Amino acid sequence: MDPGGPKTTDSANKLQVENLRSRGLGPVSFELRGGECMCVSGESGAGKSLLLRALADLDPYQGRVMLDGVACASFAATEWRKRVGLLVPESAWWADRVGAHFTTVDDTLLVDVGLGPEVADWSVARLSSGERQRLALVRLLCNQPGVLLLDEPTANLDPKNVERVEALVARQQREHGTAVLWVSHDPAQVERVSSRQLRLTGGRLEGWTAS
Amino acid sequence: MNLIQLSPLDLGLAALLVLALAGISWPLGLELGNRLLVAALRTTVQLALVGLVLKALFAHVDLGWVALMSLFMLAVAGWEVMARQQRRFTGWWGYGLGTLSMFVSSFAVAILALTAIIGPEPWYTPQYAVPLLGMLLGNTMNGIALSVDRLTEGAWQQRASIEGRLMLGQDWRQAVADLRRSSVRSGMIPIVNAMAAAGVVSLPGMMTGQILAGAPPMEAVKYQILIMFLISAGSGFGTVAAVWLAARRLFDERMRLRLDRLR
Repeated sequence: MDPGGPKTTDSANKLQVENLRSRGLGPVSFELRGGECMCVSGESGAGKSLLLRALADLDPYQGRVMLDGVACASFAATEWRKRVGLLVPESAWWADRVGAHFTTVDDTLLVDVGLGPEVADWSVARLSSGERQRLALVRLLCNQPGVLLLDEPTANLDPKNVERVEALVARQQREHGTAVLWVSHDPAQVERVSSRQLRLTGGRLEGWTAS
Repeated sequence: MNLIQLSPLDLGLAALLVLALAGISWPLGLELGNRLLVAALRTTVQLALVGLVLKALFAHVDLGWVALMSLFMLAVAGWEVMARQQRRFTGWWGYGLGTLSMFVSSFAVAILALTAIIGPEPWYTPQYAVPLLGMLLGNTMNGIALSVDRLTEGAWQQRASIEGRLMLGQDWRQAVADLRRSSVRSGMIPIVNAMAAAGVVSLPGMMTGQILAGAPPMEAVKYQILIMFLISAGSGFGTVAAVWLAARRLFDERMRLRLDRLR
């Protein structure tokens, strides 16, 4: 699998981060190109989730975050979060039925994660943790984000579904030029999905690795 | 007026009952004896002071003094709202939120009732203005305290789903809509219940007081109905205002849920 994939135009979905600081994080600077997948690793509490939250504009921060050269503050907050989509490990479900959480459902995405269109009628209480995690990814992808921030997206999944999710993300990179920032604790997965790695220690960027 | 005057001896007899209650709380291990006595003492002192203030106020009908009294009542009610919050807003908002909402709703309703409905001459006649505002503030205070507490506590507990909605690009209003509705409801239910049960389960306090003071029952009933309507309007609008303001304050200009604004 080559998740780096053929490049779309160089500027589309480019995320630039300059001197990003929030509480317990930073300064962090890096650049993520469209179609590229970079993994973020580091111990628990190293600031991986804080970094992703700041990038999704959920926490206040100092520094600059830009998408295709346009500063985050120039986007409406709702628009930014649709373009820079964050997937958290424990997805939230607020309505009783699965379908109520979607504005539009792309059925092919459901099939890609091993589910079908009938899940829209399922009750959320019945979902397994793995189904929740896969559905949360589909729900996020329905917004067609240009940048995906994935916080341990395969933590609750069996090997078959890990494969499905990895393939789905790779296809987003290839077909839509989606940029991906992927937090993973699994060295083999990091090796499989990413072309570069970012290591965080104590909220600071410790190093780059190109694999 | 066929009002029966109470002598100090009458009050003393009633006080003996409270002392007896404090007495049995010791062998029962309730550990309430001291607090009960302190509370009874506070009731006596506070009400006696209010009696003196009202006596002076009634003797010198003056808008300035009535306004001062009203603002004092508002300040205490605002404090009470803040003290009843599990997680209140930090800084000026903790106090200002409830106080401002009460000021807007209670004062507006009180002034409307005094000028357009009851119409004493002058409209700020303290005999009408002070008890009316007191009842409005007391009930609005309850509604606001309950509803804002529900909102802030709910935001704390439902952080994941509120932020989950924000992450999908929803507006802060959508993200907090369910919680905002249930908070307003919880603040308005006491007055709705009070209206529904009025006269059947209990005789409302003001009406009882007027009847004890010798007013004809139907006159007392009309006043009570008026007060119920005013209270529901005052506490309802106050609750809506407070919850709207508080919900707005939970989010910043980038529509981030800011739980750090609570403590």
